[in-house]
Amino acid sequence: MGDVRGILGEKLGMTQIFEDTRAVPVTVIKAGPCFVAQVKTKENDGYEAVQLAFAEPRPQHLTKPMSGHFDQHGGHPGRYIVELRTDDASTYTPGQEIRADIFQPGDRADVVGVSKGKGFAGVMKRHGFGGLGSSHGTQRKHRSPGAIGACATPSRVFKGMKMAGQMGNARVTMLNLEVVQADPERGLLLLRGAVPGPRGALVMIRSAVKTQLGGRAG
Amino acid sequence: MNKTDLVDQAYVRRDLPEFRPGDTVRVHVRVVEAGRERVQVFQGVVIRRQGGGLQETFTVRKISFGVGVERTFPVHSPSIAKLEIVTRGRVRRAKLYYLRERRGKAARIKERRGAFEEMVVVETEQAEETLEAGEAAPIEAEAPEPEAEGSEAVESEAGEPEAAEVEG
Repeated sequence: MGDVRGILGEKLGMTQIFEDTRAVPVTVIKAGPCFVAQVKTKENDGYEAVQLAFAEPRPQHLTKPMSGHFDQHGGHPGRYIVELRTDDASTYTPGQEIRADIFQPGDRADVVGVSKGKGFAGVMKRHGFGGLGSSHGTQRKHRSPGAIGACATPSRVFKGMKMAGQMGNARVTMLNLEVVQADPERGLLLLRGAVPGPRGALVMIRSAVKTQLGGRAG
Repeated sequence: MNKTDLVDQAYVRRDLPEFRPGDTVRVHVRVVEAGRERVQVFQGVVIRRQGGGLQETFTVRKISFGVGVERTFPVHSPSIAKLEIVTRGRVRRAKLYYLRERRGKAARIKERRGAFEEMVVVETEQAEETLEAGEAAPIEAEAPEPEAEGSEAVESEAGEPEAAEVEG
């Protein structure tokens, strides 16, 4: 994992910017400021991680146990809390502020968010099935999946069979998005491409875990 | 106001003249070929403007060697070195797709009367707008960059009009 950097933010929406003469599609994220709400160590907790708190909580929603937790670790309460696993959490101190400047243009980042919910969706929408014919005697089955298995053998439906069900509203991670621009003054990050969730959604941006460059582009 | 407008501000071009569907324009396009940049001119009728804000595009149609050619440009793209208005046309719809079925005389567009006065009005309006934006401060503070770039381009283009003429 190495040096893992992360920050929470709000997805503001997508736009395009011009780089040289090319238009680049970007997602604008208002990132941070976050505060370190707890540092977890191997000795104490069995694993290394850092807990981040983001956004001012509403006082009536801050329970006594939670405010006690925040007071004990740095004193900055947050509305949302996430944990970020790292190799060495000792580089963080409780109460430390984390801003958008942890990312530079050219970095690679992963974005974790909750995708837009589509409700209970059929197989054509959910899995891209072709459906059945629209004519030639097809009755009330135009969008159905067709057969889902054989008969007496195996006389059951295999696990994982693609069928209708809940689509979206699930945790989704976009890997290796390029940081096109970083504006630490306004706390804005511009990432190339799309990011899960609607505008205004909470997203977590962390340095890319599946790149050999360790989150730093060439 | 969209939340992403703050980002867009820095890329919006305010140096282009006002133009509408029906106007005939000369678009000076920057073309990078083999690492060398030159300016190409595309002249034709604006048949549509589409989209809004930074994403807005316009389509220019011309007849080249008897073949209709349409090219779509982003309004705010830095690849447009300069945009000149040749004539202003009077049309009664926003999308001039009917021109595609017409040739020659039938595809003519009436010139807009009083276009000159309108141009002057538009220009003063624009000047006021930029002034106001200038006073608005923090957002505008970052804006001059692309603007400066734009005016630079216009100058460099003016330096080699012959080349542009030949390629166009």
